[in-house]
Parts: sequence; C-alpha cells; structure tokens
Amino acid sequence: MATPSVEKPTYETIRTLPGDDVRQILWRYSDRYDLQMLVQSVRSVARGLVAHLVAEGARNTHEWTDRKNELLKAYDESGVSASFLEPEEGGFIAGPKNMVLALVAYELAWVDGGAATGALAGCLALSPIHERGTVEQKKHYMSLCAPPQPGEDRKPWRGSFCLTEPIPYVGVDTGMLNGKLRVAEWKDGEEPMLQVDKRGRFITNMGFANFVTAAVQSVDERIKGSCIVILEENDPGIFDRGTPTKKMVHQLSSTNDPIFSLKVPASRIVGGYTVKDGVIVPNFDHSEVIEAVFKRTRVTVALMTSAKLLSAIEPIIRYQRGRFRGAEQATPGTIRYDLGLQQREDALHRLVDIWAMGEASAALGFAAARCFDVLDPLEKEKNTILEEKGIRGGKSEMKFFKGVQKDAIDFLNLCAKPEEARANSTRFVELHENKLVQYAILDAVAGVLCPASKLWNTGKGNVLMREAVSLMGGYGITEDCPGFLGQKWMDSQLEATYEGPEAVQRRNLTVTMQNELFLKQFGNWIVEMRHIAAQKPGTGACALGTAMQLWLWTYKHLQHAKDPQGNKLYQSARQGVTFPMADALCWLLASRQQILDLIELEHRGPENPVVAEGLAGTVQFLTDLCHVQTARSVGEVGRICAELVHGFRRHPAWDEAGYKGCYAQDEMDLMEAFVPGLPACATDVVGLDGCHPDKAGPCANCEGLEPFQRLRARMDNCLTGAMLAKDRAAEALTKVMIPEALDYPQ
Amino acid sequence: MPDPLQTLEPVTGVGLPALKNEMMLPAVLDPWAGHALYEAANLAKKVPGSKVYLVSLGQKAKLQQVMMTIAQKVSFELVAIDGPASGFTDAHEVAPALAAAIMAIPGIDKSRLLLFGGWESASRGAGATMQILGEILGITDQFEGVDEITVQDDGSFQVLERVEGGKHQVSTCAGTPAVLGWATGNLGEPRNDPQVGMANMRTVMPALQRAKPAKVAAEGVLYGRVELPKQQRNTRIVKDMPADQIAREIIEWISQK
Repeated sequence: MATPSVEKPTYETIRTLPGDDVRQILWRYSDRYDLQMLVQSVRSVARGLVAHLVAEGARNTHEWTDRKNELLKAYDESGVSASFLEPEEGGFIAGPKNMVLALVAYELAWVDGGAATGALAGCLALSPIHERGTVEQKKHYMSLCAPPQPGEDRKPWRGSFCLTEPIPYVGVDTGMLNGKLRVAEWKDGEEPMLQVDKRGRFITNMGFANFVTAAVQSVDERIKGSCIVILEENDPGIFDRGTPTKKMVHQLSSTNDPIFSLKVPASRIVGGYTVKDGVIVPNFDHSEVIEAVFKRTRVTVALMTSAKLLSAIEPIIRYQRGRFRGAEQATPGTIRYDLGLQQREDALHRLVDIWAMGEASAALGFAAARCFDVLDPLEKEKNTILEEKGIRGGKSEMKFFKGVQKDAIDFLNLCAKPEEARANSTRFVELHENKLVQYAILDAVAGVLCPASKLWNTGKGNVLMREAVSLMGGYGITEDCPGFLGQKWMDSQLEATYEGPEAVQRRNLTVTMQNELFLKQFGNWIVEMRHIAAQKPGTGACALGTAMQLWLWTYKHLQHAKDPQGNKLYQSARQGVTFPMADALCWLLASRQQILDLIELEHRGPENPVVAEGLAGTVQFLTDLCHVQTARSVGEVGRICAELVHGFRRHPAWDEAGYKGCYAQDEMDLMEAFVPGLPACATDVVGLDGCHPDKAGPCANCEGLEPFQRLRARMDNCLTGAMLAKDRAAEALTKVMIPEALDYPQ
Repeated sequence: MPDPLQTLEPVTGVGLPALKNEMMLPAVLDPWAGHALYEAANLAKKVPGSKVYLVSLGQKAKLQQVMMTIAQKVSFELVAIDGPASGFTDAHEVAPALAAAIMAIPGIDKSRLLLFGGWESASRGAGATMQILGEILGITDQFEGVDEITVQDDGSFQVLERVEGGKHQVSTCAGTPAVLGWATGNLGEPRNDPQVGMANMRTVMPALQRAKPAKVAAEGVLYGRVELPKQQRNTRIVKDMPADQIAREIIEWISQK
C-alpha cells in the first residue's frame, strides 16, 4: 500500500536539516560569538570522546572507570568546566550563564545525557556558592575549580551537590533533610567548629568530587534552622564516597550514595552566618539557596530531552530511506529503493510529530534560559534596592512587592494598549524604567517557564522518544542503533525524575501560574497570538489563542466551582484539578514559544546569506510543524479542560431529580398538536410508565457553561487545516537532504 | 569547503557547476589546509617573533561559521576573501586572489615568509594552487606533500616531502622564503579552546567585515560533465575458495580495469 497522494508541493520546502545558522536565529544567539564557539567546542567533545565511550559500551558499568574519567579532562580542555565561571575566576564568558549552560547541556545530550549531567553537576555544586556564597567563598572555590591556565601545574577541583534523597527503608522522610548539623566545639573568641553528619543518595560526581555542597538541618539549639555547608575531602572525619548507584541510565556520570561525618569550621556555611544571643544564624537557610539554584538549573535538564528528540530525526530519516536497500526487489531508481519506509504515511506522520515536539520543547527550554539571563541582573539590582531599603527575608519582601505588583499590573495594562495610545504616556516610561516592576514581571514568567519546561520537555519528551525508538524497528532497542536512540529513551526517564520529579514540578507550577502578574501576561499573549495569526496564517497561532482563552476560562471557572459535596475544586490539596491544569499550560507555553521562534526566523533570516538561501522552504516547513504541534496542544488542552469543567458535575440519573429535567410523553403529544415536529427536538422524554431512552441518564444540564462550550466548539473549528500542514511536513521529510552519515562517533 | 560528510550532489545551472544546497551545508576548513595551519601555529610557537596569518577564501557567511571552530584551535590573524569554495573553482584564479590578499597584509616581509597551505587545496587534488601562488609571489623554493619541517639554529630548515613508494624525500632549504604544500604532517588536530577562540575573535570579525569579493568564477572553463562516483556492489559469496584462486581472480579483475 503506497502513500495516498497528498497535496503536491507548489511551495518551497525545507532543503536540508536546519544548521547552526538557523538554530542561532531561532534560539537568539546569532550575535553571541562566545556561545557559538562554545557550541562547537562542546560538540567536538560530545561527538568525539563521549560518542566513542557510548559506542564502546562504557555505559555498561556503574563504576567510574579510567576511560570515563577522561571526560573530565576533555571538559576542562574544551571550556565546559570553565563555562560557568566569570573571566576573573578563570572562565571566558562574562555575565549570566543560563544560556551558556543550556547550550552545553543541549550539545552533550545530543549524544549522551549522562555526559551532560556529569559536566553540569560540577556547576550545580558551585551554584549555591555562586548564588548565595560570601565573597571569600566565591573567590576560593571558583578559582579552585577553574581549569589550569597555560603554565599552571595543578588539578582543578571537582564538586558535588548533595541535597537529600530518601533512602528506601531507612526511615528518611522526603520532606526532611537527612543531614544533621551541630556545634562540635566553640571556644571563646574563636570560630565555631561544626559537626556535619549526612548521607546522600544519587549524588552526581561523587566518585571523584573534592568538595561537596551539602544541605543540612540543625539539631543543636545553638544553630538556627538549616543551611548549606561546604565539605572538603580532607576535612577531619569520614568522607566516604559510598557505593556507585546501580543506575540503568546516565552511566557516563558518576553517581554514588556517600556518607559524611566531618568536622568543619562555621565559615563553610554558604553565605556566612551571624551570631545572635549565642546562636549561629545562617544568613541563608537551605531552602533559600536551593530555590535560587534550582530555579535555573532545571532548565538545562529540560533541554537535554529536547536535544534527544531533535537528534533522533536524522538517524530515523536515514533508516527509513535505506530500509530496503540491498534487498533484491529494491533496485536503484525504484520508489522502494529511494524512499524505503518513507513510502508509508504513518512512518512520516509519526516522525513529523517527533520533530514538531522537539522544536517546541527546545523553543520552550531556550526561552526559559534566555529569560533567566535577563532576570539575573535584574535580580541583583532588586537585591541591592531592597538592601538599601532595609528589606530582607521572605515576608517583608512579599509585603513590599505587593505595592510593586500593582505598578506591574498597571504596566501590563498599558502594554496591552495599542502602541500609539501609550506613546506619550509618562507612566508607561516610568514603569518601563522601574527595575523592580520589570523584575516582578519577568520573575513571574520565569517562575512558570522553569517548572513548565522541566515538566513538559522531559515527561512528554520521554513519550515521544519511545515513538522515535519504535520508528527504528528492532534496531531501536539495540546498542548499535545509530544516534543511540534506545539509550536516549531510557535516559529521558531519569531527566523527568532528577532535580525534582514531575509531581514536584507540577506542584511548583500550580503555585507560580496563579501569580496575577503571570495571568495578566498570559492574557496579553492571547492577543499576541491573534495578531500573529492575522499577520502570518498557517502557524496555528489562532487555534492556540483560542486554546489559551479556553484554559484561562477554565482556570477562572475552577476558582469558584465546587464538586457535588460542595468542596472547592481549585485548592492546593486537589491535585486532580490543579495538576492537569499545569499540564495543559505547558502545552500552550511550548507551542507559543515555537511560534515566536518561527517569527524570529522569518524576520531575521534574510539578514544571514546562509539562512536566506533556503529560508522560504525552511520557514514553510517550520510553520507546518508549528501548526501540527499547535493542533496537538489544542487537543490536549481541550481534553483536559473539558474533563475538569464537566467531570466534577454529577451526571443526572433516571430518578426523581433526573426526571424533572425531562419531558413527559403526554406533554410531547400535546406539543405535537400545536407545533408539529417539535417533539423531535426533545432528547429526554419519559413515558407515563417511567420508560426512558436507552442511555445512562438524562443529558447533563450545562447551565453556566455556555461560554466554555462556545470556546470549545470554536477551538475544534480552529483545527481546520492542521492535517494539511501535517501532510505537507510529511512530504517534506521525503525530500529533505541529510548528510551521508551520522557525524558521531567521530 | 562543504563538510565532506554531507551529501554533495553536483548540480549544473547557469555557469559553473555547483553543489546542491551548497550554501546551506555546513562548511569546514579543508583537511590539507587544516594541517598546514596547525603546523604553522606549532612552528610559530617555537620561533619567537613569528606570527600566523590565515588567508582563506570562502563565502563570507560560511567562513564566519568555520571560524567558530577553527579560531579555537590555534592563534592566528585572519585575512578573509569572499568567494565560492565548492571545488569547482580553478587554481589559476584562486592563487592570484590569495596572492593579492597576502601582499596587502600591512608590513608583510616577503623575504621572511613561510607560505604554508594544503598541497591539494582548491585544486581538485591537482596540487596546483600552492605552486602557482609561490610563482606569483616570486618564491621559488617550493615543497609539496610536506609531512615535516625542522628549523635549524642557523635559520635553514629540513623538509620531508612525500615521494613514490611510501618514502620521504629529505631536503634542506637555506632559509625563507619558501612555499610548503602540506600533506598530513605529524600533528593531531588541536583541541578546541574557547579561550584561544575569544582572543582570535577580536581580529576575526573585523577581518570578515573587511573581506573583499574575489573573482574566481572560472570564466571560460567548460565542465563537460560532473557526477558523483557511482556506488558498485558486486558481491559473490563462495565457500572454501583457496587463496591462490582468490589472488588469481583479483589479478584478473584488476587487469580488466
């Protein structure tokens, strides 16, 4: 059975797989030569040493072997280790590092997620010090971790971050820290010495770490609360690296279950401490530090799965095309020879789905990374301003920001007006220049993008990686599979789990998406999508706008809706309501960002002669992918919202209450006499003897849900053309030029 | 040149043949030229006061991408020339363009020049570009297929050139100037070092902006036909064939060719 004939292309279509030039525009680093060089540098490690290790079977042991250890040197030499550092600390890129780490993660995970995790775990260890450390701590540990400069003879330090993980059957509560901190010795006039006891689980880089940043809880009344402490391998006591974790994935990172019982000076408390009334008060408790760290690092994990999806495209196309070559019936020049499995619509459509989700997921992840790059300096300014005002700590800061929030809402209202209407608004200019307002607005978005990308990219990406593996047939689950797709599928499951599993991300998202500033911006984005749809039909932006409206309507509806028992639907404990709403939001955010990236490419592409050459075809193809992905998002959002809006209403039964909403047969007979044909419109008619139509009960009353139903119907209607886009994209897959061979291992 | 891993499909349009979607394919520094660059940088490190210029002809936008990798390998100053680099250009046009760019380098002292290049670069394997370039610049001490250079204390240097039979010819040259068309040399490809790259980029970007277009359209050159080498697959599975018979069949097959 051959592919049914589809709309024959009378348009330009994609000619080659999108190269670096296209990606640089899509992900907004075409003017960042430092990042472009870093990408090339990391790529050479990924497709060189890392790929060789995977191909050699280095993943088949949990131990940190000498061969795996070569990775550390490669990371140092290629600039990966130093990418997190400032130039004065031995790095080479100044400024925020979110996009830097995002690209490092993406490039390494293109080949192996474990390598990416291992490379970034060192940065994770330094992150608490980077975000909240004292000046001395930053200077000391950053310089120790900097790779040696020419002429220097020293080994760079490696770090490990040890939060906590529940160790099964030893009574560790996931919500509690299992690290204990007490005063070991405190002589008058001297710095206190602290005793740290901690067990870790799944601790990355532990096989070789020289220092560990560990979260601990005070069990001593002379120390307040919790904090992060820095432990060094030569501190007095036990620094037991523990046994290697028997991971089935990410074996190119070292993971152990360590045990520490060490005596350290109090100056190792990250961010320092003060002594109040004889009590050591850490300047930052562990959650303040962790919040600052994970707020950023989860984005890099999100991008690891994006890289997997996009890296699967080329090997699958090659496999599909070459599937029958060599067979007797597949002689050169025949369709069977030239197209192989690409004769089949299903193979093409499924690959289109993978590619579309890969694009959306990368778009979302890189948007989050960029967002944090803008947010970081704003956050520093905010901290300075608050310090000057003497505001410190969660509650006083929250109270202060209530006032800022009002200004921010004003600003967003002004933003929603046409440009000419706000052109002469001094209020607009004033708010635009107000750093606190801008921080609050961006922080609201960052707070959503981080968990959304981590949750959606990894969770949904994992599902699509399974599809990718299935498209390679039996080859997909072998170690020999080009592109290591089987390993990537498994790895993506870990990416969905570590640094906060899906439930944690959903929980986080349900809190941050309620921020009024976010919801206000979300409302503005609906208008933005409509505008894009008007300017550039075919992306699915219009359908997405309707889906966003539907989500917002559902969100507002759920705030006051109750179940039959009178319990409020939208509340923290009701995760059956809040979590699906978080899931639905992710689909919308990813599709929106994919469309925005496409617009950027169309706008900036002509400036680059390399991109301009085939721009029309590339844009057409990526437009179709946007449309395909949007259709999927719309479907998911529609399903989730409909389930929540209708699903908590009790269905009427054939009982007394149910009969009240039905017509009686004798009423119908009477009506027929006056208005012939009218009874035919009635669905629920009950006979005098109580007989009723053969169904579960009278149809449910949808009073108050009419706007939802209208939006839902409109949204379904908006899917018009989505499958035509898929057909076009599928057709393009049969023509796109791919390299002769995969470029890794090289 | 386009990355050889890519699908390189010749297409014939108006004028010169080209490669299908050439502009969109990733580009690399051709391997011969790459070895020459690494050898030059290695030598420059050992000889204080020396400096490496990388004179490169390619489409400006592609050159920029290539530099994102090459600029991380070794220190150099780029002299960029804007023009096609698909393999259909002609050595007789490329060499003058390179010569003009070299002569335009401010303060260049031709008498102290060691001109390193790939021995088969930009010539479809004919090895003509470096020879013509040397002639234009008046440098007559020329070595091709070079695998090693050893500089002596008196400024003379010994060169190993590839010759027939898998051997090297050893020559001693009294001193600069000289042209060395490199084969593979002895050095591995240097690792990428973004710190080196950041330093190089200070001159690379201005050089790319200054790049002048070169007329290397091979006007007057007629390509009768361009095509990819055909893949052939004549497999025969025979069990227990004696080695002598295998050898006889191979000789017979070669004789037919």
